Amino acid sequence: MNIFCVGINHRTARVSLRERFAVEQGSLSCLLAELRREAALGEAVVLSTCNRVEIYGLSGDVDAAARVCADVLQRSAGAEAEFYRREQAEGARHLFRVACGLDSMVVGETEILGQVKEAYAAALESGATGAALNRLFQQAFRVAKQVRTETGITRGAVSVGSVAVELAEKIFGDLADCRVLLLGAGKAGARVARSLQSRGVRRLVLSNRTFERAAELARELEGMALHFDQWQSALPDVDIVISSTAARGRLLSAAELSPVMTARADRPLFLVDLAVPRDFDPALNGLDGVFLHDMDSLEAMSQRSVEARGREVERCEELIDAQVEEFLSWARQRPESTKVTVTSVS
Amino acid sequence: MERYLLAGSTFCYLLGFAYSLVLLGAGKFRPGRFNLYAIAGGFVLQTAFLYLRGHAVGRCPITNTFEILVFLSWSVAMAYLVVGTTYRISLLGVFTAPLVFGLQLAALLLPSAPAAVRRGPPDGWLELHASTSLVAYGVLALACVAGVMFLVQEKQLKMRVPGSIFHLLPPITTLAVAMRRLLWFGVILLSVGIVAGFFIGTPIGRVKSGASILVWLVYAGVLFLWTRNVLHSHRVAQYCVGAFALALITLPAMYALGGMLAK
Repeated sequence: MNIFCVGINHRTARVSLRERFAVEQGSLSCLLAELRREAALGEAVVLSTCNRVEIYGLSGDVDAAARVCADVLQRSAGAEAEFYRREQAEGARHLFRVACGLDSMVVGETEILGQVKEAYAAALESGATGAALNRLFQQAFRVAKQVRTETGITRGAVSVGSVAVELAEKIFGDLADCRVLLLGAGKAGARVARSLQSRGVRRLVLSNRTFERAAELARELEGMALHFDQWQSALPDVDIVISSTAARGRLLSAAELSPVMTARADRPLFLVDLAVPRDFDPALNGLDGVFLHDMDSLEAMSQRSVEARGREVERCEELIDAQVEEFLSWARQRPESTKVTVTSVS
Repeated sequence: MERYLLAGSTFCYLLGFAYSLVLLGAGKFRPGRFNLYAIAGGFVLQTAFLYLRGHAVGRCPITNTFEILVFLSWSVAMAYLVVGTTYRISLLGVFTAPLVFGLQLAALLLPSAPAAVRRGPPDGWLELHASTSLVAYGVLALACVAGVMFLVQEKQLKMRVPGSIFHLLPPITTLAVAMRRLLWFGVILLSVGIVAGFFIGTPIGRVKSGASILVWLVYAGVLFLWTRNVLHSHRVAQYCVGAFALALITLPAMYALGGMLAK
């Protein structure tokens, strides 16, 4: 019996195609049963996320099984796609890389591990897994944890929104009690506000020159709209100000903010300036308790994180290699009747 | 035996410090266990040393500069184990380790001084005064460490692109809370020490009591102004560092106290 993986991902198929192949959670057990029956798979796991649809299987005839698996997926999607195939040791390595986030669109992202766990749990519940895939997936979870703790692959934020969140967390710790003021109704500002909300921010105030747009966005983000001529009065009560207006001049100077900081009684203020030209005077960063970051610095930080993650990939691959070897050694020691043939192809 | 215990604890602190530095340099540091275990190991060996020394001299072992330095280092390690682990400010260990290591190394490099064995009946007030004052200095040393961490993290947050240490340091609000609690704890202990000093049978020299009161006034003043929102955390962190440097200047006065204990 051989282990193999067949699928499509963000590198081989566009989103318009991937969305057709996506498998709903509720249909997983039916698909697993169908795959096992038609492709004669000993064991099977289906992983379906927004970036990939993959089938991990165990079969005596990988060529035939992989072909049937692709046929089943194409039939259920009503579309055709170019499927990749990884066999034996490369199949195991592929799963380990996926679980570690090395095969993700954003290298090092951790959401995929949860999705792999869910896919495995669904297969386990359906009785579609056995000794080989159980061992393979458990080892994938182990190596993912190892990679996360022993390398810096997940360290650093890689988008402007997540950089802003990271900075906010390094200022305030828990963001649940933070109040955010969003100036301007631009997309960039709204995205950062959403990122902050996803990390616990509950109170959001929005202000825009056109009040109706602020009100509309406030409804969308479950915040509160404020007239633009009143936004400075909100400064003593907010912790984070995100600005992305189209104003030609500065909205806030050090002389204006200085008395506000005195009134804030030692509470820090985080200013995120996404506007070009900038809304906040750069001199604000010199005030005690004020932390100002603009678009350039946020982008520079995210770029540096991407580069740092890239440098960590090699170390991750070393850890994965060791785990692949361990899996191969386990497979070789299986009794003849249940032997899993997983040979290294390198 | 005592020197071996002390050398062992110094080695533990050195190990924790060196290990953290190597990992920090490689950008692979994950705050947590190793540093904590190294400091905890050093603390246990130090406690054993102080226990044996206390038995030998028949009193709290702070009778000469050597013992005072060890006791001070022990106080810092104790404060770290309480604060660092309670508030999960693991990286505090990286900053604490060089401090306790430096104090111990200085103690070990001192020429061997004879332990002052108690001759007369013990003066409880004197022992209370000396021990609480030293523990207070240990706690305030840690407030100084938290202050340094605060200033470093604040600088990182103000930089256009923060360095890698930014990811390892705790949020500045957490550090401000740690500073506040350590300052309160330190000032309370210092107050107890000073009050106990007034009840000592043998009068303490004016220089020493003046220096102690000056240090107390600085710390209490900073705390008062901070609670009244007159001072910002940034300034408090600077004062924590500066005031501890001032406190260190009072060490010679403590040596005088050691001499007095020996009488």
